This record gives sequence, structure tokens and C-alpha cells, in this order.
Amino acid sequence: MHIVDGALSNPVVIGGALAAVGGIAMGLKSLDLDRIPAAGVLSASFFVASLIHVPIGPSSVHLILNGLAGLLLGWAAFPALFVGLLLQAVFFGFGGLTVLGINAVNIAFPAVLAWMLFGRLIGRGSPVQGAIWGGIGGAFAIAATTALVAVSLALSGKEFIPAAKLVFFAHIPVMVIEAVLTGFAILLARKVKPELFLKGRAA
Amino acid sequence: MAHALEPQAKTLSEAGSASLYGKLTELDPRVRILAVCLFAVVTVALQTLSTLVAAFSVSLCLLILSGLPKRRTLKHMAMMDGFIIFMLVLMPFSMPGDAMFTVFGFPASWQGLWKAIEIALTANTVILALMVLVGTMEPVTLGHALHRLRCPEVLVHLLMFTIRYIEVLREEYLRLRGAMKIRGFRPGTNWHTYRSFGYLVGMMLVRAIERSERILSAMKCRGFSGRLFLLQDYALTRRDRLFAVSMCALCAGLLILDHL
Repeated sequence: MHIVDGALSNPVVIGGALAAVGGIAMGLKSLDLDRIPAAGVLSASFFVASLIHVPIGPSSVHLILNGLAGLLLGWAAFPALFVGLLLQAVFFGFGGLTVLGINAVNIAFPAVLAWMLFGRLIGRGSPVQGAIWGGIGGAFAIAATTALVAVSLALSGKEFIPAAKLVFFAHIPVMVIEAVLTGFAILLARKVKPELFLKGRAA
Repeated sequence: MAHALEPQAKTLSEAGSASLYGKLTELDPRVRILAVCLFAVVTVALQTLSTLVAAFSVSLCLLILSGLPKRRTLKHMAMMDGFIIFMLVLMPFSMPGDAMFTVFGFPASWQGLWKAIEIALTANTVILALMVLVGTMEPVTLGHALHRLRCPEVLVHLLMFTIRYIEVLREEYLRLRGAMKIRGFRPGTNWHTYRSFGYLVGMMLVRAIERSERILSAMKCRGFSGRLFLLQDYALTRRDRLFAVSMCALCAGLLILDHL
């Protein structure tokens, strides 16, 4: 779901960059001394998780897991996901440079939103209840990301609207998969390391 | 993402290994980062096809100068095109203009075709320059250079931690996948697969958090106070200045050509 350089109009790119700076600043403010290593290691694990290919029918999709990142990191997910995008662009050639800001917003803002809406709920009740809320959060984050990608394309020009619609509908199976995986990941974490969600949840 | 990597390929430890050869890689990393940012902004601002072709050839020249393996780098670049190809193919049909031909009653416009070519050229030009100028750095050098360019300190720390642990966690991931494989796990489109992958991700995260706790106590034991001291200092040489001036001149030239 990377947008590349040159596709978007200047106002969208500049607006995205400004919003990203704001989000990163919020995230960095929430990172104190004790949380830097946790955020760094989690940022690396989400980078690695995005390398996992999950089969779906004859094809496969790679994971994004921005919902899970948000649920675990809160605002810190913003700089963590930004760092991942930066490394992907520089060393693997995915995405682009001038669109880093808007790409970061499209992926990280839904993550933070998922944390605000569902962050409290995943630590409550039985592990299965928490997992279900986690799954809803995971699906929500992907849906919001695709919607934001579609909006940034549509804002850049009418000619992108069919592509934007295609992006949205093509990602419905991805939403389902991300929901199931996020749910099970939360279920396992709740069972194996329950204290993770008790003490303020955000690692 | 993983299209880029063969199963056994390293993620980031191989990146920057190209610094053993090539002229561009001896340049000051700060100059390289700033140069690619300027070049990217200028390329995105270009309007005409001919200047975009010129910008793309600048990127190609940089690739040749850098001494990177050309075929592999271009293959990497082309992989990104795989992601955007659908959007580009749709463009001629979704943009109104003079009809080129019709498919199932949908007219394809010349304007849409040109727009699609413009986007493809811009995207490839920028990503190629980025990979050649910045992607050839040691990942750690990138962190140091960003620090010297006055990036927020905490963000640089986060970047350095991420770079450090990507390889560690990837090995852990491959170990877990190996353990699954040896127990007969074969991924398919079924509930069992998704549950197993979910548990895999969950296990990776739990282990990552436990690892980060150990890292933090190890760092505190060594007197970590929230600052990492990056000792590397950079000094501009004559060659760096020459490169910076010629990049600026090239960008100015492209902009002037664009407005002619």
C-alpha cells in the first residue's frame, strides 16, 4: 500500500508531511528513557513481520499489522512505523522519498486510532474477549489505512478514483486476515504474558 | 516486501556492503542525504516528459558512477513497479482526453497514458537515486548522518535500535518457522494456517518485549541515561563540495529546462 513519488498532488504531499511531523513529535514525546529499547525492538519486529507472506487462495499477501503495532505502542507507533517505512524506502526501494510523510500518516494514524478506540478493551475480560477486540482493532486499522490511501489518491485527481476504489476492495481479504492474525497474536500474548496488558499496556 | 528477499538473504546486514567499491560511497553521508532530498523534490516538481527523461538519466548516471551491481539494483527498482502497475494501467482509461483506442467500450486516452508514463518515470528516478546515494550506506552510518543533520535524537535512537534488531528478530523468525516446518506445518488457505501465523506473530512480540527488558537492564547497568553518544564526526572534503555543487547545478538545469 505504498504510494510512490510523483503520483500525488503537491498539497496532499505537503499536508501529509506536516501531519507526519506532528504525529512523530507526539510519539517521541511519549517515549521516555525506559521505553526507547522496547519501542526499537518492537519496531524491528513489525518490520520483520511485514516480511511474512500469508497464503490466500492462489496468491499471498504480506502482513502490515499496523493495528497490532498501535495496540502495543500507542502514539509511539507513529515514529516506529515511520522508521520502518524509511528503511524500506532506502534499502529496498519500496515507496518513495517525498511521499514518506503521507505514507507514514496513512499507516500510523489508523494504528494510533485503533489504540485509542480498542487499546483499553484488549486488556479486559477473558483472553478470548481481548483477542476479539484485538481482531476488530486489526481490521479497523487496515480499513482505515486503505480508506486514507484512497482519499489521498482521490484528492490528487479525479483520474485516480477508479484506482482508489480498486485499492479499497482489493484489501477486504487483507482486512480479514489481519483481523484473525491480530486476534490470535493478542490471544497468545494475553495467555503467555498477561502482565503486558496490565501495566499500562503500551510497552 | 519479501519479494525482495530470497529466504536466506539477510535483511539489513547486507545493505551497505557495497561501500567497498564505487566512488560515490566515499562521499560524506550528509551530502548524499541532502543531495537526494533536493533531487527528489526537483524531480517531483518537473512537468514535462523530456526533463523527466533527463532526470531519469541522471539517476542512471549515478548508478553507473556508484559501481553497484547494475542488474540487481535495476531489478530492485522494477519490483516497486509491480506494485503500481495496476494504477498505471488504469490511468489511460480513467483520465478523459483524446481517445487512443477502446477496450470493451472504454476509451483509453493519450493524456492518461502520458500521465501514467510521467508517474512511472518520477517514481523510478527518485527511488533509484535514493537507493544509489543513501541505500549504499551502512545502515548505522545513516543514523549517524541523520543525527548530524539535526534529526530529533530520540528518533535517531529508535532508528538505530530498529536497525540493530531487525537482523536478530529475523533470525528468530526463521528459527520459529523452521520449528513449525519440522512439525509438518505447510501454509495454505485455512483456519489452521492463520491461527498458527497469529501465534507466530504473538510469540515474536512476546519474545521481543522480553528481549527489550533485558536490553534495558544491560544498558542501565552500563550507565545509560537516555543519550547515546555518537562519536563519528564528518568533515567536508573538496570532493564533497564538488559533488554538492554539481548536484545543485544539475537540479537547477532540470528546472530551467522544464520551464523553457
